[in-house]
Amino acid sequence: MKAVRLTLLLAFVVVFLIPIYVLLATSFKPLTEADPSQAWALPQTWTLEPWRVAWEKLAPGIWNSVLLAVPGSLLSCALGSMNGYVLSKWRFPGADLLFTLFLFGMFIPYQGVMIPLVELLVGLNDLFGVQGVFYGGLPGLILAHVVYGIPICTLIFRNYYVTIPDELIEASRVDGAGMLRTYWSVVLPVSGPAIAVVIIWQFTSLWNDFLFAVFITGPRSWPTTVMLNNIAGAQATPYSQQMAAAILASIPTMIIYVLLGRFFMRGLMAGALKG
Amino acid sequence: MRRARTWLPGLLLVAPSIVAIGVFVYGMLGWNVQLAMTDKHSEVAEGNFVGLKNFIDIWDLERWHLSVNHAILFTVVFVLGALVLGWFLAFLMEKGIRGEGTFRAIYLFPMAISFVATGIVWRWLMNSGTGERAVGLNRLFETIGLPQWAWFRDPDWGMAAMAIPAIWQMSGYVMALFLAGFRGVPEELREAARVDGCTEWGVYRHIVLPLLRPVTLSALIILGHISLKVFDLIVAVSGKQIITDVPAVFMWVAVFDSQDPAKGATIATYIVLSVAIFVIPYLIWTVRKDRRS
Repeated sequence: MKAVRLTLLLAFVVVFLIPIYVLLATSFKPLTEADPSQAWALPQTWTLEPWRVAWEKLAPGIWNSVLLAVPGSLLSCALGSMNGYVLSKWRFPGADLLFTLFLFGMFIPYQGVMIPLVELLVGLNDLFGVQGVFYGGLPGLILAHVVYGIPICTLIFRNYYVTIPDELIEASRVDGAGMLRTYWSVVLPVSGPAIAVVIIWQFTSLWNDFLFAVFITGPRSWPTTVMLNNIAGAQATPYSQQMAAAILASIPTMIIYVLLGRFFMRGLMAGALKG
Repeated sequence: MRRARTWLPGLLLVAPSIVAIGVFVYGMLGWNVQLAMTDKHSEVAEGNFVGLKNFIDIWDLERWHLSVNHAILFTVVFVLGALVLGWFLAFLMEKGIRGEGTFRAIYLFPMAISFVATGIVWRWLMNSGTGERAVGLNRLFETIGLPQWAWFRDPDWGMAAMAIPAIWQMSGYVMALFLAGFRGVPEELREAARVDGCTEWGVYRHIVLPLLRPVTLSALIILGHISLKVFDLIVAVSGKQIITDVPAVFMWVAVFDSQDPAKGATIATYIVLSVAIFVIPYLIWTVRKDRRS
C-alpha cells in the first residue's frame, strides 16, 4: 500500500513539474532550435541570449514591482498590526461587527470597485494638480493594495495576538502604560512571526497582481506582470524569450517561497478565510 | 461596558482603517451599483438614472451569454478538479510518507507564481496546432499515440481545458487545507472505531469524512470565489478572445475598449452578486461558530 501511495505521489510530482521543465528548457534554446519538432527536447546548444533580451525588456517592470511591493507590504503590515492589536486586546463596542464587515472586504471581487476606484484616483490627480501619480502611477497602485489588504492583514495579526495572554496586557496597564506604550513595549516585540507572515503574503500578492495594475497603472509605471503580459502577447516574441521573462518575473516570489515557505504556508492557512 | 476612556483610544487607532474600508469597499461597491443604474454609456455622457435597465438589457447580448456559460463551465471543472485532486494528494500523504515536506513543497509552489507567468507556459502547452505544427501537449500526445486536442480553442469544451492550469495552480493549496483537516482528526477516535470492529474504509467513511466537512466547505468557498472572478489566467492564456470570454474579461473590454462605464459597472455588479450570494452566508456562519466556541 505504501509503495502504491509513493508511486502515485511521484507520478504527480512529474506532472506538476512539466511546466517547469518546459519553462527552463525552452528559455535556453537558440532561435535555430525553435522548430516544433524539437519542442520537448533539451537545447542542443545552450544560450543565454533569450535571458538577456528578456531582462532588457522586463527590467523597468521589475524595478516598478520592487517600488510597489516593498513599501506596499510594509505599510500593510503596520496597519494590520495596529488593527489586529486593537481588535484583540483593546476592543471597543461593536468590534465584532466591524471585524465581520472587514472580512467581507477580503472576498469582494475587485471588479466591483474598480471603475469608481479609477474615477477616484483620476480625481486625486486633478485635486493635487499632478499627472501619473494616483491614476497612472505607483502611489495610486500602492494605495489600492494597502487599503484592500487591510482585511487579510488585520485577520492574520488579530488571530496571532489573541494568543498573547491578557495578563501581560493587564500587567502593563497596571504599570500605568497606555495603549500605545503597551503596544510598543509588550506586543510589538513578540510580533515577529505574524509580521513575517503578513509581509510575505502581501509581497507575493502585490508582486503577482495583474488586475489592479492593468486598470490603474500606465506605461511608465507598469509592474512586472503587465510588462510580462505585453511581452508575451506580442506576436514577434519568440517562445524562448517569453519563457525566460516568465521565469525572471517569478524569481523573487520563488526565492521567498523556498527560503520562507513556512511563513508562506501560515499565510495561506490564515487565508483559509480568503483566496 | 467599560468606560469610554478605556476603549476610545483603540477606536481612534483603528479609525483610519474603518474610514478606508468604508469608503473603498462599501462606498465604492455602492457607487458602482449606482453607476450601473445609469445610461452613462460613454465617458462624456451625463448618466441619467435608468433603474435596472442595464441589468436586463445585457441578457440581449450574445457575448454576455457566452461569457456566463464559460464562467459556469470553468467553475464546475476547476472547483471539482482542484477539490478532488487536492483531496486525493492529501489522502495519499495523510498517514505520513517519507519526504512529505518535499512533496508538499512541490505541489504547493505553483501558488507562489503569478497566473500571468504560468499562463505563458500553459499557452504553449495547450497550443492547438496539430501535426507538423504541433508543440506542447499535442506534440507529446502525438509521440505517445494519444489524440490531439484544440484545448482552450474548442468552442464547446474550451473552458474545461482552461481550468487545467487553474487546477495545477490551486490543488496544492486544497491539499494543504485537507492535510491539516486529516491531521485534526484525533487518533483516539479512529482507534475507538477500529476497536468497535469498523473496517479501515468504515473508519474513513463514518469518522474522517464527516469531520472533513468544514474544511471542504472552506475550500469550496475559496475556489468558488476565485473562479467566478477569474481574469489574469484567461488574459495570459488567450487574451481577449471571445472564445474564452468570461465576465471579468468582458468587463475589462467594456471599460477600456468600448469605453462604456455603465456596462462595465453592470457586469462588475453581477460578478459581485455571484460571489456575495454564497460568501455572505458563509461569513455569517463562520462568525457565529467562532462566537459559540
